Order: sequence, then C-alpha cells, then structure tokens
Amino acid sequence: MGQQPELNLDQVCTILQKHEYDGQQLIPILQEVQEIYKYLPKEAIEFIAKKIHVPAAKIYGVATFYAHFCLEPKGKYLIKVCDGTACHVKKSIPVLNAIRERLNLAPGKSTTNDMLFTVETVSCLGTCGLAPAIVINDKVHGLMTPESACACIDEIIKQEASQ
Amino acid sequence: MTNQNVIYVNNRPIAIEGESNILEVIRKAGIKIPTLCYNPSLRSYGACRLCIVEVEGRGILTSCTTAPEPGMKVHTHTPEIKKIRKITAELLLANHKVECPTCDQMGKCKLEDIAHELGVDDVRYKPLEKCSPVNDTSYAIVVDRDKCVLCGQCVRFCDEIHGVGAIDFSYRGSNTVVSTAFNKDFTETECVNCGQCAAVCPVGAITVKKHINPVNKYLEDPSKTVVIQVAPAVRAGIGEEFGLKPSEDVTGKMVTALKMLGFDYVYDTTFTADLTIAEEATEFLTRVKNNGVIPQFTSCCPAWVKFLEQYYPELIPNLSSCKSPQQMFSAVVREILPEKLNVKKEDLVFISLMPCTAKKFEIRRPEFEYEKGKRDIDEVITTQEFARMIKAAGIDFANLKPEEFDMPYGEKTGAGVIFGVTGGVTEAALRMAAEELTGQKLEGKELEFEAVRGSEGLKEANLKVGGVDLNIAIVHGLANAHEVCKEIIDGKSKYHFIEVMTCPGGCINGGGQPIDFNQPEKIARRTDGLYTADKNMPLRKSQDNPAMKELYKDHLGGKPNSEKAEELLHTTYYKRDY
Repeated sequence: MGQQPELNLDQVCTILQKHEYDGQQLIPILQEVQEIYKYLPKEAIEFIAKKIHVPAAKIYGVATFYAHFCLEPKGKYLIKVCDGTACHVKKSIPVLNAIRERLNLAPGKSTTNDMLFTVETVSCLGTCGLAPAIVINDKVHGLMTPESACACIDEIIKQEASQ
Repeated sequence: MTNQNVIYVNNRPIAIEGESNILEVIRKAGIKIPTLCYNPSLRSYGACRLCIVEVEGRGILTSCTTAPEPGMKVHTHTPEIKKIRKITAELLLANHKVECPTCDQMGKCKLEDIAHELGVDDVRYKPLEKCSPVNDTSYAIVVDRDKCVLCGQCVRFCDEIHGVGAIDFSYRGSNTVVSTAFNKDFTETECVNCGQCAAVCPVGAITVKKHINPVNKYLEDPSKTVVIQVAPAVRAGIGEEFGLKPSEDVTGKMVTALKMLGFDYVYDTTFTADLTIAEEATEFLTRVKNNGVIPQFTSCCPAWVKFLEQYYPELIPNLSSCKSPQQMFSAVVREILPEKLNVKKEDLVFISLMPCTAKKFEIRRPEFEYEKGKRDIDEVITTQEFARMIKAAGIDFANLKPEEFDMPYGEKTGAGVIFGVTGGVTEAALRMAAEELTGQKLEGKELEFEAVRGSEGLKEANLKVGGVDLNIAIVHGLANAHEVCKEIIDGKSKYHFIEVMTCPGGCINGGGQPIDFNQPEKIARRTDGLYTADKNMPLRKSQDNPAMKELYKDHLGGKPNSEKAEELLHTTYYKRDY
C-alpha cells in the first residue's frame, strides 16, 4: 500500500553533487531531499552526513529545529488545515476535527495507516479571504465547512479506489 | 597607563592584553564572574547569561561574547546586574532536576556553587515537568537530560576539539535537548567514548559510567583471585580527590588503598607500557628499514583507534598493530599467572584502573576475549570510581603508609610512566629507537627529548637520530588528528611517526580523571607530576626494564616482534560505520 517512492539514494547524490558536497548548503540540500521523499528519511540523513562531513547529530538538530522539515513519512495527500486568526475565527477547528474523525486521526497521529492522507495545521496560508481554508497537495479549497471538507476527502478516496 | 589599551572595570583601569572577550579581562582584575557555558578552550556561546555586565553606553551584555574595546567602562556588580543574575540562577535551577545528595557531581557542581555564591535561597519558579529516561546506552557515560541546563559545553567539545559531533542540540525552545542523531544508542554513533563531555559538564547531566558494583562483587567472592593493573596517569590525579598537594607522590598510597579494598595483586600498567614501547619501537624501526607503511600511528588510545576505524579506514595499515598497554597486560599475564599462582584460569579476575572511559569500550572489543564470551579484562574502573570506592570503604587516603606494587609486573621505567602525557609515548619510543640506531647509551639530559614536550594540539619535531632524519608529529584533540589524516590521504604528509591521544594533554586529562574545570591548570599540574616521577625513577628506558627482559626470555620468544610476541601483543583493526 505504501505510496512512497523507493528510497533511491541516486537522487540524493544528484542533489549533493549540485551543491558540491558543501556542508554550508545543508538547508537547501535538506529542502530538496524532502521534495523527493516528502520527508527526511533516516537513511538519507545518514548518507548526507557521511558525504558532506557534517555529523548526523547536527543534521538531526537542524531537521528537528525547523517545523518545515519532517522526519516521518507523509501520506500521498497532504492536507494543511489553516488555523490562522481569520480561519480560526471562521471555525477552522470544527473543520479540522471533522477531517480527523473522517480519517481516524488524532493529535499525535497525523498520517493514515494506508499512507494516503496526512493532516497538519498551519498558522496562515495567506488566503484569509477564503477562510476557513484548507490546502490539499497545493490546491486551495476555501470557505470550508466540516461537510464540504469531508466531501473533498471522499472524492479523493473514490478517485483512488477507481485507479 | 594610557586610555588606549585599558578597559575600566568598576572604575579601575585594567590592561587589555590580547583577550578576546571582556570576561577574561574582568577575571584578571580579581573579580569573580559566574559562568556555566564559558570554556576558554571553546568558542564563546553566551547561553547561560550569568556573565552579564553593564557596559556604559551599550547596556547589559554577556561579557563572554563582548570583545574588549579601549576605554570601555564596565560594571560587574551593580544592584540591577546582581538581581538579574540571581533570577537567571533561579531559572536555571528550575530547569534542573535537583537531587544533589545522590548526584554523582555532588561537591563538584558548578550550578550548586553558583546558586550558593549568588545567594539563591528560594526558587520561585515551578520546574518544568521533565522525566526523560536516563540514557545509559554508552559504555563510557551516562546522560540524565533532566539535569541538563543546555550550556552546550559537551556539544561544542565533541565538535570543536574532536571533530566528532556525536551529540548536538535537537528540537527547539523549551523542548530543546542534547541528543545523538535520531536519539540512537551511543553504541550506534560516532562517539569515541572519550568521556570529555562528562569532564566538561558543569551540572552532572553527563557523568562517567560507574562499574563499581561488579568490581565489588568480584572482591566479595572468596573463590576469585582479583588482579588489578593501574595506569600511569591515575597516580597524577587521585591525590586531588583527597586534597593532597600536586607535588606529593601518591603512588604508594594508591597501592595501599587497593590492597585495603581487597585486590589480591596490584600491578602496574606502566610495566606493559614499557612492553608496548619495545614492540612499537621495534615495529617502527622495521617499517623504516623495510620501506613499510609510513607514517606509523600509535595505537594505545582506544578512542583514537575507533576514530581512525570509522573515519579513515584506508589508514588502518598505518596504525601500529600493538595492543594498548592495558590489553597487552591481560594478554600476557592471564597466560602466565594461573600456573604461577596455582589458580584456575576462570577464577582469575582482571580489573584495570584507568584515567580513561574509552578503556571501558576497549575491553568489550570482540577481539579481546580469551575464550568466546570471556573478556581478557573483566571490568575497568576510572580514577573517579576508585576515589568513590576509597571513600565508601572509609579509608583515610591522605594518611596511608605507602606500599610497593606486586612484582614482577610492578617493575617499570620512567619511559612507561610518561605514557600518560601527550608526547610521552613518542619520547619513550625515542629513548629506545635512539639507542638502537646509534648503538650508544643515552644518559641523563639526553633522555629528555624537549622537542616532543609541550601542550600544543599539534606539535612537530624533526630529530636526527643515528644519521636518520625523523619527522614526528604529536597530536591531541581529535580535530587535529583529522588534519594529519587528511594530509596523509592527500599524499602531503612528511611524517614518519605520529602519536595521537584523544584527550587534550593526554591520559592525565582523561574523561575518568577527577573533575576539575580549570583545564590548562590541571593539565600543567598533572603533566608536571608525571615528568617529575620519570626523573626520579632509577630506570628511565623501557628496554632496561629487568622484568620485561625476563618476560621476553621466558614467554615471548626472546625478543620484540617475535612470533610469540606477535601472537599475544598485537592485534588487528577493522573498518566500522560507528
């Protein structure tokens, strides 16, 4: 069921080559590696550590410091629920709760067992006019209600099942 | 004094003499400023905020990160500063698991001292709920995160001095912790077990792993004959734990204390240090004569050996195949003693008393077993643990009558004694190699190779010995070892012989030695201790050790690097990921 790409370190090699194995380029390297896997796999971090001569503990420190980096695999569909001020006032929490309930998720468990969905909250998506808003894999869905959010998810599940 | 090169500390002019921060200038003025994160050997970090001072026109700054500027007016103990400092200490205490009476750092805790000095009589802040499990996955150290105040000395030491970086900060804000990558067990990281993180930790969050209990079990078992070997550097440190003057030779007291603790035979690792020299110097001369792999690295420091295996496996052929003195000791003596003492091999217990935490790792290397699952050395205790055992047994160390090591493995020379200090192994090897190459006896001052002494992290010496030009490098602090290794790989190395010790200053400053936060002072003091001991020895060249000559004759095939010596005293290394 896992939809993750195989852990092919060739792509990491290409990224490292592009950055000339420069330890100073650690953050851009990690960003690009995360682009591939949607998270930072342990094997990739240890590989990078050896190649750019930066201790794995330091890379782990950087990866855990920035909220942008993620050390857990993410689902095929990443749902970001905005909980910025505008969305919060426009009842984003009931939307979040409805999505979590629909997908059997809870705070601390953000990815479904079938690796199809990951749900996280973000502070502001910058689309306050459409509050409350969610983003599913870079597509914005505005003016959400618990019902319409669940409808979006059902749509994806149906689509996935038909493939 | 002109205004040009002074700063005014509490209105008194104090000269700037190349200090990189005003903290050092202030301390020169005889004013005590509390610090937790400051360590002059490391980059200034400014984390603990205790060293704040008021600089006129600039406000309140951390003195450890502020460069001195001529004419600067600094105030160190204004009412406001004192108030802030006290609050800071309170906040640090709120973040620290306070269990002083049972803490290993008891009596040597900087936070305890600082709280006392600043007059903190109450902590008004509720501690954060913390209950991380104690991490004892290392052979060398124990980490209790709940005591950590995030001063970062351990992190900076591992990174800056050793170029290892096995630990670092992870997460952020109030969740920040010091951890290994992915929180892995220490045994699965690049950690070389040197224990220097424990040596610099001011608050007991990282301490030396203790193996006192298993040793006591052996001592209490009447069926066991317990043999202990004592490393040269222990005698340079143990007196400090009992308030003895650094100049006092405590070797004899140390032996008495070990006998009182119940050890049946007390031997000296210095004996096998001499043996190491005989083997290692002979190996080196053979390499030079036969165009073997050069430079030859010393191999007596187990942290360095692990470092080389994990970072530079291509240089394994450069590493001397000699076991460390600790392992040579057990290899030889475990063979001989059963018959000599009429004790069954399995009833003999080998303990070693070391200044070093990496020795705890070394005895667990699989190649150092005499039978499958049975280690050559059963347990290692450090100088710190030895002090704890003396105290627990109620022994009044300071007033003990000195006794002698048991013979014949207590026989030694000055060359073996100086193994404990950086440059010592080289000097000992030179005392042998020079005689071999010139065919002439070295006497008196000729024995002292000043060129290889001193505390720089990377020393070079060029010596002409018996018509042979020798380029020698002496390295301590593994970051310097990175440099010499890279040079060899790049084909730029000009050395023939390279001595590497992990800990700055050598074994005298090992991770298991008594805690003393004044690093330069303690290194100088203990170095002096060993060189003085060497000077006072009747024999000062390893090759003159009579018991060693006897040993070669009876058990080791007559001469260094003989077949039997190769089998017992030499080892192999392997590439490792961690």
